[in-house]
Amino acid sequence: MSSTNNTDQPAWEPAKVKAEILKRYPAKVARKRAKQILINEALGNETPEISANIRTTPGIITMRGCTYAGCKGVIMGPTRDIVNLVHGPIGCSFYAWLTRRNQTDAGPDGANFMTYAFSTDMQDSDIIFGGEKKLTTAIQEAYDLFHPKSIAIFATCPVGLIGDDIHTVAKRMKEKFGDCNVYAFSCEGYKGVSQSAGHHIANNQVFRHIVGENDEVKPGRYKINLLGEYNIGGDGFEIDRIFKKCGITNIATFSGNSTYDQFASAHTADLNAVMCHRSINYVADMLETKYGIPWIKVNFIGADATAKSLRKIAQYFGDQALTDTVERVIAEEMPAVLAARSDVRARTEGKTAMLFVGGSRAHHYQELFTELGMKTISAGYEFAHRDDYEGRQVIPTLEVDADSRNIEEIRVEADPTRYQPRKTPEELKALTEAGYKFKHYEGLIPDMEQGSIVIDDLNQYEAERLVELLKPDLFCAGIKEKFSIQKLGVPMKQLHSYDSGGPYAGFLGAINFYHEIDRLVNSRVWSYMKAPWQQHPELSASYVWE
Amino acid sequence: MRKMRKVAIYGKGGIGKSTTTQNTVAGLVEMGRKVMVVGCDPKADSTRLLLGGLAQKSVLDTLREEGEDVELENIRKAGYGGTWCVESGGPEPGVGCAGRGIITSINMLESLGAYEESEGLDYAFYDVLGDVVCGGFAMPIRDGKAEEIYIVCSGEMMAMYAANNISKGIMKFAQSGAVRLGGLICNSRNVDNEKEMIQEFAKKLGTQMIYFVPRDNDVQRAEINRKTVIEWKPEAKQADEYRGLAKAIDGNQFFVIPKPLAIEELEKLLMDYGLMS
Repeated sequence: MSSTNNTDQPAWEPAKVKAEILKRYPAKVARKRAKQILINEALGNETPEISANIRTTPGIITMRGCTYAGCKGVIMGPTRDIVNLVHGPIGCSFYAWLTRRNQTDAGPDGANFMTYAFSTDMQDSDIIFGGEKKLTTAIQEAYDLFHPKSIAIFATCPVGLIGDDIHTVAKRMKEKFGDCNVYAFSCEGYKGVSQSAGHHIANNQVFRHIVGENDEVKPGRYKINLLGEYNIGGDGFEIDRIFKKCGITNIATFSGNSTYDQFASAHTADLNAVMCHRSINYVADMLETKYGIPWIKVNFIGADATAKSLRKIAQYFGDQALTDTVERVIAEEMPAVLAARSDVRARTEGKTAMLFVGGSRAHHYQELFTELGMKTISAGYEFAHRDDYEGRQVIPTLEVDADSRNIEEIRVEADPTRYQPRKTPEELKALTEAGYKFKHYEGLIPDMEQGSIVIDDLNQYEAERLVELLKPDLFCAGIKEKFSIQKLGVPMKQLHSYDSGGPYAGFLGAINFYHEIDRLVNSRVWSYMKAPWQQHPELSASYVWE
Repeated sequence: MRKMRKVAIYGKGGIGKSTTTQNTVAGLVEMGRKVMVVGCDPKADSTRLLLGGLAQKSVLDTLREEGEDVELENIRKAGYGGTWCVESGGPEPGVGCAGRGIITSINMLESLGAYEESEGLDYAFYDVLGDVVCGGFAMPIRDGKAEEIYIVCSGEMMAMYAANNISKGIMKFAQSGAVRLGGLICNSRNVDNEKEMIQEFAKKLGTQMIYFVPRDNDVQRAEINRKTVIEWKPEAKQADEYRGLAKAIDGNQFFVIPKPLAIEELEKLLMDYGLMS
């Protein structure tokens, strides 16, 4: 058979796909990977267990990043008026600089350091004699040049190995300056299982050193924080546009286009809306324990999800005026969305996608594909934990291993003066009885169809094998996978950096995404490429009915 | 011309590596050998007896102050009997990475030609800090920087334990390179049956006890005078002991890949010999 049309090929059974992937591994690796590859049984209330947040077997080309990438790159990278100073050799700084396409708007104050790469540029002699002096000098230099409100220091691997005491240096400089908050992150790349450890470290230090520093009460009636939104391709701008239209005040975004003052004032908001559960749930929990601010899970990826999330926020505040405004905004925004959708959907209906990205993106983006009539046949996260797959109810049963113990867990208590429950017990009861869910995230698995394949920590080999076997119409991951997938003749969309596109959040973002996916899955360029299985159709040769 | 022998001296901290090395080097110098001593210890005190004091500026200090523009003459100094003395140096205690310092320093010596045939060296001695704690301190036995190792030890448990551990390091590098163990130097602490025990220990390791250096307070007296025993009191009995050690090393042809002992085996050795009398 020499057909180039996917639909002519017999569909692979999910169980066979799994067996086929595992076949190549040594027995021990296969056993381990088998627990990370799950065929979704859609068991109703019962979610099957998946193995996640465990070390990648050495030798496997993982899609994961390092702890430093999670801390500096993901969480702190998008803040615009904090000088992010990397203590280490220049590569760690340079290659973590602006690569995630976090957009910024310098605003009226004009403070924006995102265009600078700050590094101590450690040399051989700094490794031998210790880098503390050089770090001190670099902090002073940054302060003298820019007079920032805050300087954050990030440890790279060699700093941890030689034991530079970056926290003491930070403390000393903070005391010396008086008007500049200086703190450090021990986020050496080798520390955790994945970048997830870096998110946790960043959450801890932001909460310990910044949140609560500014008690000034900001104007606004419905004040929220948006947690886990990183303004990739301008997502945050679109969400803020919608909030503004609805009359919702966003006190702090963690951390797209954020400022030091936003973090410092976060405790003055009345609700925490969590986008990326994995990277930021620690801060959400701590804000609740210390200041009494409840948190809810939201999702602004997908127009329907956006409408749902806005209604959820309005329901929390329980104010008819807000509810009316939100409904009016949704009614205003949706016609353009639906028009674009119905135009595109004729060409995208029935197409298939695979998503292997992040700790929530592989879940959120399924909303958009559903809106396009596309089916997600396989998905998984790079650095998520079991709760992001199976839901937060599994948290008490999560095993604490040596790797998770290695990352500090900070305990916070109610603030003696500033703790203030935002809702009375009666109000909370009424909301809960009406089906409102606080601190609730049900994870990716329950939202996926029966027979779909959920894979944690997908790697290069498995990605290629999956594409060869299931031939999706679109594959979504990051830059490391971009070109190897395209070489297989399948269009590839980066959902970390959005290639050169975006925003994809909110209503306007959904329209952008529809057009982008239409362009990708219907592009004729792929038909001119011969994929390896088309040149060597080894699989079709084995079927007797041909 | 004879090939230069590259020797590294290891052993537990405080066992007397620097003292033994310098006194032995003095013995080799008397025999007409041309020797360079490279101290691989951040304290930079491996050449004090040969130089008559701690006047030496270390390779790393020089590198830090002069930048890339370093000459061989900036980092080596002539000591007793024309020995070349070099101190690698390193960071203060508790900061930076001394191991990395040794790597940089030895590379610097090489690139400056300190080991070139034109230097006419018969021996290069590396005097290395303590145990083989990390990759940096293993540098002299990696990549053929040193080809023969002598471990200074005594009949004390911890010294033998360290010697066994160092043997593990040598075994690891010997399998992929030219490095071999030349023997144990017993620097006596007057432990019961010390000589017999170390001889047996050496045998079990597959090597030899190349010399038994008795304990003598003349060593301490010479140290106070910032001199080797041979220089300070050439007629002393202890001076002859170091001459004997120098001669043994100079004539040594027994080089092996050691077979480190299991910890139970090592403890049994101690029990057997320690409880004999």
